[in-house]
Amino acid sequence: MLLLRCPYCGVDCDETELSPGGEAHLKRFGPGSEDADFEGYLFQRENPKGVHFERWRHANGCGKWFHAARCTVTLEVFGTYSAQLTEPPQDIKDAITAKRPGWHWREFA
Amino acid sequence: MSNAVSALNGASFEGYVTVTDMGPAGMITLRGDLGSAAIKKAIGMAVPAPLKITSKGENSVAWMSPDELLALCPYEVADETAAKMTKALGKAHSLVANVSDARALIRLEGADVREVLAKLTPADVAAMQPGDLRRSRLAQIPAAFWLTDDETAYVICFRSVAKYTFDLLTTVAAPSSKLAPT
Repeated sequence: MLLLRCPYCGVDCDETELSPGGEAHLKRFGPGSEDADFEGYLFQRENPKGVHFERWRHANGCGKWFHAARCTVTLEVFGTYSAQLTEPPQDIKDAITAKRPGWHWREFA
Repeated sequence: MSNAVSALNGASFEGYVTVTDMGPAGMITLRGDLGSAAIKKAIGMAVPAPLKITSKGENSVAWMSPDELLALCPYEVADETAAKMTKALGKAHSLVANVSDARALIRLEGADVREVLAKLTPADVAAMQPGDLRRSRLAQIPAAFWLTDDETAYVICFRSVAKYTFDLLTTVAAPSSKLAPT
């Protein structure tokens, strides 16, 4: 069972109260961009064994989107943070580094 | 105007907890900047803290999300109250909608209201105190619930699933389904 703390209302939500929103921090490439960039935006997804960043929506609750950093192997949650950020905040990165030294995910490390 | 009736039409059930449909209830959704003076003026009482519900007389205001409140009032005055709120908010970026006819309000009464809710929701009902409100789910549907005292809880759900909610609550509140004391 996955428990995530919604950063907006502070509730520890059960997985069944949330809607998964796929991978976090996708950079959109729209009209006029290179085909390879557009393909990457549409289809290329990380599938890590370990540290992963995801979007979740507190659907049966306050209804807000947020980001979560967790480990896909142990289901350990490193933290959740606002959906308005384009990269994980430093305290989340530090929390991950403390548990998984040398981690990297896309351009973050 | 025709008589307003709730989806459950006042249905009631006596189990180890009493489940009662509260009939038509006034509910007004209010969205905007909760920290603003305009919102405070519009609701006429202090803005509730996150996950809380505050009451003044027969009116209550519930915290729904960081930018949303739900005001509860008697059904008859809901339209009038919504109009007053819209006026009080003036030009502040906000939304007021009378959602009374889209919702159902159900009351639970009995010493074991927490147990009845806990059977249906992943929320930590045991930790809830009077005045605490949770938006969560009851079995398969979204619902909000709060305690007014240790033996009374209220549940809000969509009108379209009122019967489902009532059936759920009556099933888990059936006398034979009480959990053994631990």
